[in-house]
Amino acid sequence: MSVYLTNINRPRIVRIRGVREENPTVKTFVFQDKHCSEAKPGQFVMVWIPGVDEVPMSLSSINSDGISSITVAEVGEATQVLHQRKIGDILGIRGPYGNSFALASGQVMIVGGGTGLTPLVPLVDSLLKLPAKISFLIGAKTRDELFFLEKIKKAVSKVNVTTEDGSYGLKGLVTDLAEKILEKEEFDMIYACGPEKMMLKMFLLAEQYHMSFQASLERYIRCGIGICGSCCIGEYRICKDGPVFSGRQLRKVKNEFGLFKREADGSKVSL
Amino acid sequence: MSSRLDTEIAGLKLKNPTMLAAGILGLSGAFLRKIAEAGAGAVVAKSVGLKPRMGYPNPTAVQVDCGLLNAMGLPSPGIHNFGEEIKEAKKGGVPVIVSIFGFSPDDFAEVARVAVEEGADALELNVSCPHVEKTGSEIGQSPSLVAEVVEEVKNRVDKPVFVKLTPNVADIIKVAEAAVKAGADAMTAINTVRAMAIDVNTTRPILANKIGGLSGQAIKPIAVRCVYEIYRRVDVPVVGCGGIITWQDAVEFMLAGASAVQVGTAVAFEGLDVFRYIAEGIDSYLERMGFGSVKEIVGLSHQH
Repeated sequence: MSVYLTNINRPRIVRIRGVREENPTVKTFVFQDKHCSEAKPGQFVMVWIPGVDEVPMSLSSINSDGISSITVAEVGEATQVLHQRKIGDILGIRGPYGNSFALASGQVMIVGGGTGLTPLVPLVDSLLKLPAKISFLIGAKTRDELFFLEKIKKAVSKVNVTTEDGSYGLKGLVTDLAEKILEKEEFDMIYACGPEKMMLKMFLLAEQYHMSFQASLERYIRCGIGICGSCCIGEYRICKDGPVFSGRQLRKVKNEFGLFKREADGSKVSL
Repeated sequence: MSSRLDTEIAGLKLKNPTMLAAGILGLSGAFLRKIAEAGAGAVVAKSVGLKPRMGYPNPTAVQVDCGLLNAMGLPSPGIHNFGEEIKEAKKGGVPVIVSIFGFSPDDFAEVARVAVEEGADALELNVSCPHVEKTGSEIGQSPSLVAEVVEEVKNRVDKPVFVKLTPNVADIIKVAEAAVKAGADAMTAINTVRAMAIDVNTTRPILANKIGGLSGQAIKPIAVRCVYEIYRRVDVPVVGCGGIITWQDAVEFMLAGASAVQVGTAVAFEGLDVFRYIAEGIDSYLERMGFGSVKEIVGLSHQH
């Protein structure tokens, strides 16, 4: 008997079925893959761009008909090359990997910053089935960086947007808006995904107001299956124990979360 | 678990004969500590060199039938940034063995010196990584180069020195004998087997480095044979490594001559509890078979 999961852990070649420009620097790539269609919100895949790199990406949509997508910001060499890919081009996909968001019904706050919005969209789909009453907060630097806004507005009645330069929605940081809301309202769960400093602030707010909390974290990932140790944060592996961590877990990595991450060589760098 | 599992290798006292293999989760002290607390008898930290190394780009790992293929490229923060991790690892309360690599005997010795200064209980010389040029198995394939490295390290530190051997040689015994003659205190057999995987759709090798090392179930019979052969010819303890998932695998290695076993790839599929499962399984086996100590089964297959 073999304990190995060759189907999951070897890149499956998929063809890009659709490309959507979400904003000047973010594109969504649609593909068909059976394993991804069975993924849970918050899980990620390793995307192989043959000859270039293999990078971790959250699934931005998960559909039972087998169609899934990744939504990618152009941030480095691999994502630049990926952005040139067109319908009919191929990608390698392995996974889905990691845990997923624990679903909470009732009053729910979701806070997404930048491309951290990506895994929160399939989360909304799942939460609405429970049902949950969602207050969705989106933060971006500027209007041009916003994406998924229409999609989220269609699904959720309470959506608030902040931009740092005030070019759309409220001017300021999304965490400041969250703080104002938390002063008055109670939530059964707060979900956050975005820059780690933002998630740290949301974690501290959740602690202050005694609310349950989950955040999806990011680190340099190599193996994706929990053995190489590249993506460790304290006693956790992002790829296996995460990427979603509860407030209780984050308390255990307080001297690391929001403060530093590890480079590819394993050394620590400040966030 | 009972005292039946107590064992000793090159002066290191182990509460059970399971060890974390090098290269698995050993980049951070917090994780080494967690593995110690999960039940490993000793932990081996990920190979560390003199200077920081970024390793290879991804893909660095890919699954193949009955095994895992990897070419990480020895990513390491360098020994001068690793002291904190060693100190944290030691809080786990089990021996911490630091795997080291270098591009010359002097490199190895200097890394060894600093590692010991920072608290390493022992060293494991990585002369067997199959996918980085001018180190690893390029040294480990030559008995004389291995002897040079061992001698230089032994001159510089007075902690036990394990030598992790490569199976990618015509005769592993020659390398083991040279290492022991040069003063090595224990052998670890084996590192990964040089291997590759090619994607048929893109016609490309999957690993960025094209060639990597194969671990897991596929290499277990090779590793058992290596341990068996080495045990017959050298007088130092042998640590078995390669495809150990169950307690039966561990016992098989011990019957071949291993005083302890290292577990690596199985961590991905069985989780961190794999050390406790294997140790408990060995303990039950010893009781059932009427052995008073795990030391009694080491090399037992050689009587046949």
